[in-house]
Amino acid sequence: MDILLQIIVTGLATGGLYGLIALGFVLIYKATSVLNLAMGEFMTLGAFVCFTALTQIKAPFYLALMLTLASAVVLGIIVERLILRPLIGEPVISVIMVTIGLGVILRGLIYMIWTPSFRNFPQIFPPEPLNLNFAVVPSGLWWGFVFAIIGTTIFLLIFKFSRTGVAMRATANDQQAALSMGISVRWVFALAWCFGAMASVIGGIVIGNISGISVYMGDIGLKVLAVIILGGLDSIGGAILGGFIIAILENLTGLYIDPLIGGGAKDVAPFLILVLIIMIRPYGLFGKEIIERV
Amino acid sequence: MRCGDFKETYIKDEEIFQSLFVKFCLGMFLLFLLVFPFAADAYMLYIANMIGFAVIGAVGLNLLTGFTGQISLGHAAFVGVGAYTSAILVTRLGFSFWLSIPFAGLVAALAGMIIGIPSLRVKGLYLCIATLAAQFIFEFIFIHWESMTKGITGINIPHPRIGSLEFITEKEFYWITLFFVVLGVGYARNLVRSRMGRAFVAIRDRDLSAEIIGINLFRYKLSAFAISSFYAGVAGALWVTFLKVVTPDHFPFILSIQYLAMIIVGGLGSVLGSIFGAVFITLTPELLNYLSEIVKMYALGHEEIFVPMKEVIFGLLIVLFLIFEPRGLAEIWNRFKNFFRLWPFSY
Repeated sequence: MDILLQIIVTGLATGGLYGLIALGFVLIYKATSVLNLAMGEFMTLGAFVCFTALTQIKAPFYLALMLTLASAVVLGIIVERLILRPLIGEPVISVIMVTIGLGVILRGLIYMIWTPSFRNFPQIFPPEPLNLNFAVVPSGLWWGFVFAIIGTTIFLLIFKFSRTGVAMRATANDQQAALSMGISVRWVFALAWCFGAMASVIGGIVIGNISGISVYMGDIGLKVLAVIILGGLDSIGGAILGGFIIAILENLTGLYIDPLIGGGAKDVAPFLILVLIIMIRPYGLFGKEIIERV
Repeated sequence: MRCGDFKETYIKDEEIFQSLFVKFCLGMFLLFLLVFPFAADAYMLYIANMIGFAVIGAVGLNLLTGFTGQISLGHAAFVGVGAYTSAILVTRLGFSFWLSIPFAGLVAALAGMIIGIPSLRVKGLYLCIATLAAQFIFEFIFIHWESMTKGITGINIPHPRIGSLEFITEKEFYWITLFFVVLGVGYARNLVRSRMGRAFVAIRDRDLSAEIIGINLFRYKLSAFAISSFYAGVAGALWVTFLKVVTPDHFPFILSIQYLAMIIVGGLGSVLGSIFGAVFITLTPELLNYLSEIVKMYALGHEEIFVPMKEVIFGLLIVLFLIFEPRGLAEIWNRFKNFFRLWPFSY
């Protein structure tokens, strides 16, 4: 029983993180209808920028974080302006492939700049694990959870109450109506990419902190696809709830199925869940059901 | 001098060989392919074989993605299914290589049809994600179904042979590859002008309208998946037999992306385009290898940069083609031909 409880608590902590990265996907998808498959590489880039700021410039953590967020903003704007804007109105395959291409480019660039060797992140969080009597959460996961929750809350508040957030929601709802109300849809697109990139770099820093950083850490970005499909591609609440569900299921598979088949089930579980969801309820828990009319 | 190409019947319009000149060019090209192995060295023949496998896979994927409009991010998984089927049949059940090829195709087609089932319900983005998931699930199966696939150690595959004639070297294998490439391309070229091919294009353009004019979506979407995976399976079986070993590392996600890159760079919805794309995407890294050799001669120590450089250039190719030439090399080729058709009086 104890181990089950422990697994669920760890799952919850990981789930917060998944939720944050999923939020990055959803922010971009909601506003621009683009599924950014380069999200994992955005994360890796963020982690490496933060790492360099911490070790080379010896900046304090809050400064490194600011620097990373600033670089995410620049990245978001460049990507939106140079790559995605020429493809507005093109078929889905073009848009999907362009983000994959972007991912490959970013991965190559990261490899070039930082070499593929594995690195440990410098200690930025206090190392004591959090002890909740019935379960123990490792320090990295616990602080990651805190960060993810803070990040998610900030994004939610912006989306719900600020003028910018209202403009973004209006654009997501109906681009033409938003345009006629004087909202600059281009600006909203750029902003969505910035927010998405920011969410993913925070995710990257936290994951880098937990398990070290390397060129290949971006693979987790594909796992998060299960989260957004479960929650619904265009639902922010769904992304967060989906994060918890998928993380807990993943950890449970690790606990119960892995010993049966000799490991590895944990990594493939999210994809199996994903296929099941797509077969049964493709628009997810809270996603908008697309009804096609002729 | 020709000043245009006019046709009076649909049958004429759908002919594969539109004019005597085209027949002549194609004949010359086939002749070149037949003479090529006698003039080339082992390395060039190795590349030629690789291009052949890529062409078969890319033509298959183009039938699914370019003609039917069903995006598949899991093509490498079907290549893998075919490869493993052939390897297991040959090593365990003592099948001859020749018999194992159609079986590899059939098993891959079956796998493709299973993965294609979601396509009846979802499309676009969702289908894309479902096939991506399939890619990872199959990769997992290749690694973990050790009793069948021998896990990461892989399976060694014997040479193909007919009677006492063995196919060992690149040159000998070239004939096998050439045979299957010609067969595959010829079938695809004919398929797209048949009822089925037209149904595929109708589904791509608007599946609801296609259904209304009497195209059975269930049947044709699954057929597209099956045919595409059949091609993938054959390509995989040939490829691993050529390499003499099969391991799960041969079919990573990036291979699926490479196949997609081939048909995008070559031209979606064009058989000729898939060939262009396969040649282009296979040759680019080899060209970079060659460049890195030169750099090594002049500036020692800088050649490591070419490893990630390959990825960057590969990604750039995808992005730049999508932005600037979305219809790919096939379109460039058409423009080139049209320019000379009416030259020097282009109007």
